[in-house]
Amino acid sequence: MLNYIVRRLLYAIPILLGVNLLTFALFFMVNTPDDMARIHLGAKHVTEEAIQGWKREHGYDKPLFFNAGVEGAAKVGDTLFVEKSLKLFVLDFGPADDGRDIAREIKTRMWPSLAIALPTFLVGLLAYISFALLLVFFRGTRLDTAGVILCVALMSISGLFYVIAGQYVMGKLWHWFPISGYQPGLDAWKFLLMPVLVSLVAGIGDSARFYRALFIEEIGKDYVRTARAKGLSELRVLFRHVLGNAMIPILTGVVVVIPRLFLGSLIIESFFGIPGLGSYTIDAIQAQDFAIVRSMVFLGSLLYIAGLVLTDISYTLVDPRVRLE
Amino acid sequence: MAEGPVPEQGKVAKIAFAILAACVLAACTQPVNSPYSAAESGGSVLYSAFGERPKHLDPARSYSENEYVFLGNIYEPPLQYHYLKRPYELEPQTAAGMPTVRYFDAAGRELPVDADSARIALSEYEIRIKPGIRYQPHPCFARDAAGKPRYIPMRPEELAGIDNFLDFTETGSRELTADDYVYQIRRLAHPRVQSPILGLMSDYIVGLKDLAKVLAEAAKAQSKEAYLDINAFDFEGAYVVDRHTYRVRLKGKYPQFVYWLAMPFFAPVPEEAERFYRQPGMAAKNFSLDWQPVGTGAYYLAENEPNRVMRLERNPHYREDFYPAEGAPGDREAGLLADAGKRLPMVDRVVYSLEKEDVPYWNKFLQGYYDASGITSDSFDQAIRMNADGEPDLTPDMRERGIQLATAARPTLSYMGFNMLDPVVGGLSEPARKLRQALSIAIDYEEFISIFLNGRGLVGQGPIPPGIFGYREGIEGVNPVVFRTDCADRDSRSRGNDGGCQRFKRRPLEDARRLLAEAGYPNGRDARTGQPLTLYFDTAASGPEAKSRMDWFRKQFAKLDIQLVVRATDYNRFQDKMRKGSAQIFEWGWNADYPDPENFLFLLYGPHRKVGTGGENAANYQNPRFDRLFERMKDMDNSPERQAVIDRMVHLVREDAPWLFAFHPKSFGLRHGWVKNVKPNLMSHNLLKYRRVDPAARATYQAKWNRPVLWPVAVTAAVLAGMIWPAVAAYRRRQKATAHA
Repeated sequence: MLNYIVRRLLYAIPILLGVNLLTFALFFMVNTPDDMARIHLGAKHVTEEAIQGWKREHGYDKPLFFNAGVEGAAKVGDTLFVEKSLKLFVLDFGPADDGRDIAREIKTRMWPSLAIALPTFLVGLLAYISFALLLVFFRGTRLDTAGVILCVALMSISGLFYVIAGQYVMGKLWHWFPISGYQPGLDAWKFLLMPVLVSLVAGIGDSARFYRALFIEEIGKDYVRTARAKGLSELRVLFRHVLGNAMIPILTGVVVVIPRLFLGSLIIESFFGIPGLGSYTIDAIQAQDFAIVRSMVFLGSLLYIAGLVLTDISYTLVDPRVRLE
Repeated sequence: MAEGPVPEQGKVAKIAFAILAACVLAACTQPVNSPYSAAESGGSVLYSAFGERPKHLDPARSYSENEYVFLGNIYEPPLQYHYLKRPYELEPQTAAGMPTVRYFDAAGRELPVDADSARIALSEYEIRIKPGIRYQPHPCFARDAAGKPRYIPMRPEELAGIDNFLDFTETGSRELTADDYVYQIRRLAHPRVQSPILGLMSDYIVGLKDLAKVLAEAAKAQSKEAYLDINAFDFEGAYVVDRHTYRVRLKGKYPQFVYWLAMPFFAPVPEEAERFYRQPGMAAKNFSLDWQPVGTGAYYLAENEPNRVMRLERNPHYREDFYPAEGAPGDREAGLLADAGKRLPMVDRVVYSLEKEDVPYWNKFLQGYYDASGITSDSFDQAIRMNADGEPDLTPDMRERGIQLATAARPTLSYMGFNMLDPVVGGLSEPARKLRQALSIAIDYEEFISIFLNGRGLVGQGPIPPGIFGYREGIEGVNPVVFRTDCADRDSRSRGNDGGCQRFKRRPLEDARRLLAEAGYPNGRDARTGQPLTLYFDTAASGPEAKSRMDWFRKQFAKLDIQLVVRATDYNRFQDKMRKGSAQIFEWGWNADYPDPENFLFLLYGPHRKVGTGGENAANYQNPRFDRLFERMKDMDNSPERQAVIDRMVHLVREDAPWLFAFHPKSFGLRHGWVKNVKPNLMSHNLLKYRRVDPAARATYQAKWNRPVLWPVAVTAAVLAGMIWPAVAAYRRRQKATAHA
């Protein structure tokens, strides 16, 4: 398995390089370094000297991929791409274009994001699977039909609606929770309850339907009939045998997101005033802060790759037939 | 009996009790939905919000309204605007009096103050600051027992143990001196500061451009984090006379310079701060002057978490400063002089929370958790209704809550510009002028203001907004090219005290059609070719709201049978088009830097045209007559003579119509009744020190408006039970049925 993991990690290097290349090409296709300078220097009284000064100070005065003005390896090495990319591979994100340290920003903002994402993820998984198993238990009955209709209805509504409705009902009308905001430490609970609840309700429709479809496929198999024939309770049949055998597709969807949990959610964090990482990349794109954009894209890709490796490893834990060679 | 578990259980119980007690206590002291911690609550606190995290808090670098909200209260330039007087009036802040100016000719001979501008080669401003002003507590001033700086230099291992700015346990302060002001002027040329006004000020401050060049060379030879001693380089533009006096030397005459002395660019920065922050390792911890300001203002930035909260605390060393004893007419009746002569600031703490979305901001304002709020389009109808006179008024619901409304015309102009280099709409030829005039009549900005701004705007009559010298009120200020007087009904309400007509209305569409025909486009077709006239509108606006706006513009042009093609693009491309002069018609705006007509009329000054020079004259308007008048007007003091020159300039641009003067937006601000001393002042940024709050009233209203509604808990529990019970019952039945099978 170790060989497999090492091999997968080595594969990650060209993938990350490719992602980086694409990020650079796409970003600079839309924004030139002059545009970036203008955005950072403001709208008034900006002179050409100021623009050149900003580019020089931030290292954007070099060619993107090829420097014809120098000799030898420096033609490739003395470029924006190499200068800004290589450090990312040792997770040195450097400062943002506004001067603030990116790694520090990530470290600070990941905890509030995790504080919402982790309970939403764990409670959600438990609730969605239980609800789906309940529907499977009552499959073919009115309860199942009602549950499926409810799921379809819930998944048809925009996520933003849940946020605004949740804030309106629980925050504005009933005064149960602060409408938005965040406090670190123990005080955080009252700011987290509503976004977690809203996220759970917003996610129940499609997740429960997806899991129900998985379980329905399993429930008709011989081993389920055998388990029932042995006299096992239905709860045991469902939660132990059906769930256990449906784990591979569940893990495929679930484990891959675990490393990326701390990247947060844009809508939830923006509306609830959670100081997480959810809007960090979007804000950076709007501010044309390329240092943040390339760092966050790189980190996102890295975590996605990590998630895929973890998914593969998790298969071996739930299915002894799977071997990572 | 085993002894171990008992104390453990006791410990757990104690912790649980402590948490419960804390929760109960918190619930007792403030409503359960309060977004503030105990540390942020109680006492004389103002609560506000910011929608976007500030990018820069360095006074030499920041040039944005959302940053000035903080900087204006932390840093003190030598001058400020009087809080209450209108029109806006400069007064000393840290200065002991208004600056004095001396003029010199090219030979260095002093000239009289009323000397002709053409003879003035050099202006020298002398600013004397009040003695005894002290900086906020800050680690850069901390000294050890031997009197040496405590944190300068700082060993890397010492810095390694510091993670948060509050970890600097020792702070100090010192007196503000003239050196600090001169140091800041030098900082404008610092290559790493990248001040946005360096280019502009280099044209005025003697030697600033050369200093910038020398500093850039010196910086190249250093590492990026190293301290660059900018005092070690020669600079003639500003110098210290004595401990509390400094002088600034300007090329020629630039009377508007005094307004810049009221902006954070010219606030003092202590050299110690720069030395402190430029130490190795500081930047990686986000310790920089761009992040943690050091000022003498009424407040200092005690907490800077721009992803969540920014907290200002009263500066314990703040100088003696008092609430103004005189104001504008009506201020006394409005209660704005009730605190006259009281020591400032009157609020101990100001908590700004990050609130990116309008909906939660508005709802929290209604719950009493924000003291003030703007009004978005979504909440406009809930907050405002128009009274019988068409004036905005609060809705009964807002009145019942004790909410107050304050409105003010912003010193801003939004305009639609014509690229004067364009072969169709540009140039000063008669047909082109008439085409622009026709469009000026056809595009009904009264309707625009009504539809898209909820009536929050004044139709533009010229390039100068209200509140700025040169703006003419009433019928005198009406643009006769677009409007005509309308007193045919002899309605006394439409007549002024002198019986003169005071009402005006937009010229009829027939006038526009006639002008269009005279321009060579009868019925919207080119008289020579017969082809329909198609014009192009460049915009960076996007999204659903922009689409409805663009549809509206199309309809306005269609009134004259002109086809409008909207070329929407991103902001970068739009800027690029403007620089290259490839746009035909565009919309733009300008917000006053200072309340002087020069700050608006320079936008039409030929040598400042965008194409070729990169200036702010986006329409590339160039009329030699206007330019000559501008050169005369800019050096004049406010006087009837200056007004006469401005009137001639305004007349020229109305006739030439390089802009379609769209509107001056009006700011609508709401505040709760417990916030006192609020008068819109759109030029000042140091307004917090004048505010007063009544915390007891706020607490009462917060408790009243935020009582938790508990019946839904019972209903929700019942509904859940109602859902779960049939499922449990069905499960049991199924289990039994299986057993019997």
